[in-house]
Amino acid sequence: MKPDNTEKRNQLNSGKIILFSLFSVFFKIGAFTWGGGYVMLPLIRNEVIQKRNWITMEEFIDGISIAQSAPGAIAVNTATFIGNKVAGKKGAIIAVLGTILPSYISIMVIATFFLEFREMTVVQNFFKGATPAVLALIISAIIDIGKQSLKKYYNVIISVGLLFLLLYFQLHPILIIIIAGTLGLFIKEQT
Amino acid sequence: MIILQLFLSFIQIGLFAFGGGYATLPLMEKEIVLSQQWLTHAEFLDVITISQLTPGPIGINAATFTGYKIAGYCGGAVATFAFCLPSVIIVLLLMNFLKKHGTNPQINKVVKGIRPAVITLMVAAAYSIITGGGITDLKGIIIAIVSFIVLQTHKMNPIIVLVLAGIVGIIIY
Repeated sequence: MKPDNTEKRNQLNSGKIILFSLFSVFFKIGAFTWGGGYVMLPLIRNEVIQKRNWITMEEFIDGISIAQSAPGAIAVNTATFIGNKVAGKKGAIIAVLGTILPSYISIMVIATFFLEFREMTVVQNFFKGATPAVLALIISAIIDIGKQSLKKYYNVIISVGLLFLLLYFQLHPILIIIIAGTLGLFIKEQT
Repeated sequence: MIILQLFLSFIQIGLFAFGGGYATLPLMEKEIVLSQQWLTHAEFLDVITISQLTPGPIGINAATFTGYKIAGYCGGAVATFAFCLPSVIIVLLLMNFLKKHGTNPQINKVVKGIRPAVITLMVAAAYSIITGGGITDLKGIIIAIVSFIVLQTHKMNPIIVLVLAGIVGIIIY
């Protein structure tokens, strides 16, 4: 009986530990997601794939596809995906809470104490310096993910064509996803 | 009553906000400024500026701040919760669907077909930072290039890169 209990307790503990680390990892990611959800992707790669091996790069790419196919913030959707993969629905909720809590806290602090926050030159200059780094982060995420998902030459063509539709014809992002999914149906010998 | 109305409005925004943060803002403006008239256009612009200068995803920040402006701390929490609810449910449903039917060759083709679009949307996000005034001068270009090199060759922690770039910004601007 005793070993059974210990095992059960260990399972419970490791369950709690994984939930706690999910929360802390996504809290950290949420706090450093500046200027749009995509900044989060290199952070996730670093924390979730490289450091902790919670999911594979392949699963990560599927996760981003799902995050973009669903409405709402990319950051929240990606957190839901990873949380659910790692620890089920509970994990999803914990990861989302971790992602949004830094936002909630900082907005409340700013709204309560210093609405003139955005007038502060130090803050403005900090973000003036950080924004180009945000761009660098997104570009390095594009390269990392592109290496995986643009292996086939026709995918490069599709991606460029879609970019043209998006930027030149101003098609809605969800239409871009729908067109790509439909095109996928007609492509043979996908691996 | 305003809390319930806030909840319903943000559920609706969350449900139709496809395409990430920047696609969410026009939708939010339509509902909050035009339909409900909770905020003026100028107040909503404040919301956007604060949302960009605060850690966290822009859509979430905007929801929190709008909710707070309309109904205080509770309003902020309700708006944020309502905004996230539809997307969390939809992502879980999609994952469930793929778990059951992911081996179906047709569905597999659709999933793989979406992959190049993922890159397209990310390139568009990078493009909007450049055209949206994220990089205004040579200093900005240099920060971007150095950050990129450090990220790619030294595999430096992205959080450290962001903070260092911000500190460099304070020093040089």
